[in-house]
Amino acid sequence: MRECRIVSQKFDIYQSHKLDIAKEHGAYSSLKDAFALSPHEIVEIIKLSGLRGKGGGGAPAGAKWALMPQDGAQTSYLAVNCDESEPGTFKDRQIISKDPHLLLEGIIITCYAIRSHSAYIYIRGEYSQFAKILQEAIDEAYGAGILGADVMGLGYGVDVTIHRGAGAYICGEKSAMLESLEGKRGHPRLKPKRPEPEWYFGNPTLVNNVETITTVPYIIKHGANGYRAYGTEQSPGTLLFAISGHINKPGVYEAEFGTPMMEYINRYGGGIRGGKKLKAVIPGGASTAVLTAAEAECAILDYEHMRTIGSALGTGGMIVMDEDTDMVEALKNLLEFYHHESCGQCTPCREGTGWSDTLLGRVLDGKGSNEDIDKILELAKTMDGQTICVFAPAVAIVIRAFIGKFRDEFEARVNR
Amino acid sequence: MSFVFSEENLAKIEALKLRYPSPAALSLPCLWMAQYQDGHISLEAIEVIGELIGTPPMEIYRVATFYTMFHLEPIGKYHFQLCKTLSCALCGKAEVLEHLIQRLGIRPGESSDDGKFALSQVECLGSCGTAPVMQMNDLYYENLTPEKIDAILESLEGEHR
Repeated sequence: MRECRIVSQKFDIYQSHKLDIAKEHGAYSSLKDAFALSPHEIVEIIKLSGLRGKGGGGAPAGAKWALMPQDGAQTSYLAVNCDESEPGTFKDRQIISKDPHLLLEGIIITCYAIRSHSAYIYIRGEYSQFAKILQEAIDEAYGAGILGADVMGLGYGVDVTIHRGAGAYICGEKSAMLESLEGKRGHPRLKPKRPEPEWYFGNPTLVNNVETITTVPYIIKHGANGYRAYGTEQSPGTLLFAISGHINKPGVYEAEFGTPMMEYINRYGGGIRGGKKLKAVIPGGASTAVLTAAEAECAILDYEHMRTIGSALGTGGMIVMDEDTDMVEALKNLLEFYHHESCGQCTPCREGTGWSDTLLGRVLDGKGSNEDIDKILELAKTMDGQTICVFAPAVAIVIRAFIGKFRDEFEARVNR
Repeated sequence: MSFVFSEENLAKIEALKLRYPSPAALSLPCLWMAQYQDGHISLEAIEVIGELIGTPPMEIYRVATFYTMFHLEPIGKYHFQLCKTLSCALCGKAEVLEHLIQRLGIRPGESSDDGKFALSQVECLGSCGTAPVMQMNDLYYENLTPEKIDAILESLEGEHR
């Protein structure tokens, strides 16, 4: 397992969120290279690099950028998603508090590539102390002429505005985020039939996760192949994987795609806490299918492999559970989360998350029956593929994996 | 009771209007400012915001009630918000919650009679690596233990003396 520091290059440097220190370590040095290229050329480089969206979806970033109109006829926008709320995920927070200037550098390049002059960073409301650090970095960058009407004298203007959310998980969904950014409730929008940009007040808009944008300066500096030197053919590069739960050294550690999960857990995470045995791992944020210990033993951290074992890489935020974990309680915990966070727009989700939570509560109290367990699975069916966004289908995945893989634990509760 | 934005906030709102394609975008920033100003968001504040950004007050109300972090009723000055989601639950949240309930003398969802404290359980705070975690007003407190809670409460007492 190689050490790789593409996004986390300055994480260990003292006060690297300050402009002078960040600049000493190369901040904004990719801008000259970027502005020597045409916007179209940058989009091509991003396409060639194979950069994939690092917020959980893993969609190719270059293809998304290419959807943005290149004629400049209409005002366009960049909206950076920092609404990090997926349980088990806490990586964007590291970026905005430890290396905000690398994010701003990425924003400037991205804006130039999609011919936008305005970027918004939508940041979850709870992260107010980290938003403050980011705002200070933005202010410093404005003061130094890095942001504003003329970026470093290169003849291009970029404004960056932080927009604070207020505690709604669903606003991490890109169209819900744009609704919220328009001042409305965070209700996801219907998906278009054909690929098209996102729309902000009717203007073409690119939405990318913080980490995706923060990866851009490295690609500009080292070329598409420099990025492809890490990772696998289909999942090139690195990700800020995170690890939490019953683990000795929880935290965020960058690793390349293709790293075996157990190697990551043991080397970076320092193994299972208290010398206990592993029972299960949720691999990529709460909304990915839980893996048994046996599955985790063979799991490899890249998009394709995780899909072949019936789960997903997601955000790369692993939640580790040891042999003593009560899987019924763990699922109840997650169903409470989904119940609370369903935006309420679609009936199958609004009702399904509530009823599955209630039914499992009954099982947990020893008052449930086998039919209750089956009913929860039936509810999963009604939530799958029936709604505007992927929130409810994710809940279905979570329910099926937990009950499917640990059914004996659920049945033990009803037979008591 | 009427609501008036401070001069400083009014200036901020005017400056922000230049940053967005439509003033309607400012509902969240304005709601935040109103809440920081008064400790909660009153119906009067909602009317003022609606007027300022050209959105019907009912729409602002719809928005304010959608987001968990907005309070439409007064709430204790020190708001303890303990994360209850999986990583925190796996790493000892229950013990911290018990201790908070004991020390504050209130249960989740309640404010103390003197208006000093409020306690909530909240969903994932995005700080799973340092579980258990809580947010007290705008600040995170991580790797919590009952002893840490005691220390935090002591420092708050100090503020009051």
